[in-house]
Amino acid sequence: MLTLFTIILMSAMFFTLFRFLKGPTLSDRVIAFDVMSIMSVSLLVILSLYFEQSFYLDIALVFGLIGFLGATIFGRYIEKGI
Amino acid sequence: MIYIGYLFIFLGAMAFAVSAIGLIRMPDVYTRLHVGTKSTTIGTVLVIMGAMFIEPSWALKLLLLAVFILITNPLSSSVIARASRRDREEL
Repeated sequence: MLTLFTIILMSAMFFTLFRFLKGPTLSDRVIAFDVMSIMSVSLLVILSLYFEQSFYLDIALVFGLIGFLGATIFGRYIEKGI
Repeated sequence: MIYIGYLFIFLGAMAFAVSAIGLIRMPDVYTRLHVGTKSTTIGTVLVIMGAMFIEPSWALKLLLLAVFILITNPLSSSVIARASRRDREEL
């Protein structure tokens, strides 16, 4: 059952990767990157259920923090430049 | 109890799939931002709630993760929207 959810999430990440490669402006790519990082957090929660170990949740927390920092820094770069 | 958790995780994965389809189909930056942030927030919260139903002893860590996602996800959406508006993207 968890394998089915992993397959659904991986196909969703594949479609998001299509937008990340194709997107016309920089904002589209930043949005696709943000969506992919949040999908990775959810995928890590499913992985911790699959392996029955809870330290994947710590990895998910750190991954969400790094994704949020990346999106914020790219937003500041779009707005003001370096 | 486990099957209620599987139902919640399935609903969250469906929200992610709808988000990916909308991210391809939408024509504009702002509509892509709309479909890419709100539905991923509800999808992540549904997946975390399903994991809470399956493993009730991890509830504290999962609650921390859900609160973190609920705080930071609209914040990054707002930052990207304001930046692309200041950058004179097409409306």
